[in-house]
Amino acid sequence: MNNGHMIEIRDLHKVYRLGKVDVPALRGVDLSVPPGEFLAIAGPSGSGKSTLFHIIGGLTPPSSGTVRVSGQELADMTDAGRTNLRKRTVAFVFQKFNLLPNLTARDNIAVARYLAGMSSQPTPEFEEILRLLGIANRLDQKPSTLSGGEQQRVAIARALVSHPAILLADEPTGNLDTENSKAVLEILRDLNERLGQTILMITHNPEAAAYGHRTVLMRDGKIVEGM
Amino acid sequence: MTARIVLENLKHKPMRSLLSILLVGVPVTLILCLVGLSHGMIEDTQRRTRAIGADVIVRPEASNMLSANGSMPEAVAGALVKLPHVRMAVGVLNVLVDGVFMGAAGIDMVQFERMSGPFRFLQGGPFEGPNDRRDVMVDEDFADERHIQMGDSITLLNRKWRVCGIFEGGKLAKVVLPLKVLQDLSVNTNKVTQIYLKLDDPANTQAVIDYMQRDPTWQDYKTYSMKQFMDLFTIENIKPLKEFVWVIVTIGVVIGFAVTCLSMYMAVLQRTREIGILKSLGGSNAFILRIILAEAFIMGVGGTALGIVMSFGAWWLIKTLLPASIPMTIVPIWWFYALGITLVGTLLGALYPGLTAARHDPIEALAYE
Repeated sequence: MNNGHMIEIRDLHKVYRLGKVDVPALRGVDLSVPPGEFLAIAGPSGSGKSTLFHIIGGLTPPSSGTVRVSGQELADMTDAGRTNLRKRTVAFVFQKFNLLPNLTARDNIAVARYLAGMSSQPTPEFEEILRLLGIANRLDQKPSTLSGGEQQRVAIARALVSHPAILLADEPTGNLDTENSKAVLEILRDLNERLGQTILMITHNPEAAAYGHRTVLMRDGKIVEGM
Repeated sequence: MTARIVLENLKHKPMRSLLSILLVGVPVTLILCLVGLSHGMIEDTQRRTRAIGADVIVRPEASNMLSANGSMPEAVAGALVKLPHVRMAVGVLNVLVDGVFMGAAGIDMVQFERMSGPFRFLQGGPFEGPNDRRDVMVDEDFADERHIQMGDSITLLNRKWRVCGIFEGGKLAKVVLPLKVLQDLSVNTNKVTQIYLKLDDPANTQAVIDYMQRDPTWQDYKTYSMKQFMDLFTIENIKPLKEFVWVIVTIGVVIGFAVTCLSMYMAVLQRTREIGILKSLGGSNAFILRIILAEAFIMGVGGTALGIVMSFGAWWLIKTLLPASIPMTIVPIWWFYALGITLVGTLLGALYPGLTAARHDPIEALAYE
């Protein structure tokens, strides 16, 4: 089933149990993402976008179906296996930035490098990413002293420090003004074009979705357009 | 990196961290003070007993470590002095006095000084004679604690006394009275609590003890060399004290456990989202648990250090305010025991919140506001 795809999903179902009620979040998703693609995923709230991200990112296991990420089958993966997947294979950028508030930007990035089991010295490629992100002179600041745009750039740097195969960006511009949104989207496109970084981005915004190579639309737990 | 995260977490909520360390430190101080008091009392007793200068001590059969339950006729000393190698036999009566550690001692001044050497007086001198019912000698610690000068009037054993002399501390007792007078006041006429023997040569100590243990006349008495007697003064030999130390140690562990458990549980609740972030970055359950345990470890070490500092404060206060009543010492070996006790409490206390944090579902944790 690999066919050289970075992500290969077949008949993916996810059911959450709330009390005594089963709530289906994904109802048979099929998706293939080749390496180096910048894919936008759009859809209304509750359509299953975030659940799909959480499964691809190894934060939760699928209920049924097959999910192959960078050659690894997630359906059979243990909790420890999914933790390892998050260390080096996938990385997240969140709408709310999710930086550790007690640590400086530099330490936020260092934590990700440490957890990925990498040396403490940044690679030349990462130095290039920092230059691209334009945050080199803000690294000793704590998140509370950074603007939203700067925090999101630090979050992108943190996500990329372990050189993940896939970057999952969940509404990365959702908390940013127009100017910063544009800057972050251009950074993501730049990273994709220069480094061949595979990126999946959830967005409600058609303009943001337009930065991707293609857009898939989700509704009621299924992909209804752009498969 | 774990250390950096832990340190920044502690710095982020300094008041919580300091209060936790303070609360962990309090039982450490309690433990160290209690142990310091136990050791202080034992060392003080040993020092005062050693300064008497005897070779053998004879006590009634019913006596125990802490007190001589029962007393002996004073005339026993007269028989003991006739034994081979015994040069002097001096009876001393000990009577409990409120607020005075080791109580008061009644002595025959002439005999006692012949055996022990003269008292060194810092002020005044000895009482006027064996029937002096007006005067009392006190040591310098007792005088310091009660701000007493020579000639002052004090109340002991329900009557007024004039302080005739203040002598250098560390010998026999803190309050010394004429033997006859103390015998009368405590209704122990012609009785003594113990008899000290001075031998012709200290090398004959064991021979004298062996002789007394073989002789039916003396078999009913407890006879020790002074070294044997002082060696009996250990916490292990004083059962109630040993058990009390264990109770305090257990309380220390429980308080350390409770404080850390509460503090870390609150911290885990406050940091739910951060735990989710760490998990999203690939932090394993063991990594999360390690952070919580490391934080508890630092609280334990910090609490112990603070507890040691506070125990010095308590030592200074006691030494300044109550030098005669509470002879406290600092026992450095117990710093390490206290650290071990505290770490057991804090690490056990951090285990539940740590495991709770490690088991957090990352998606729920990330959604936590």
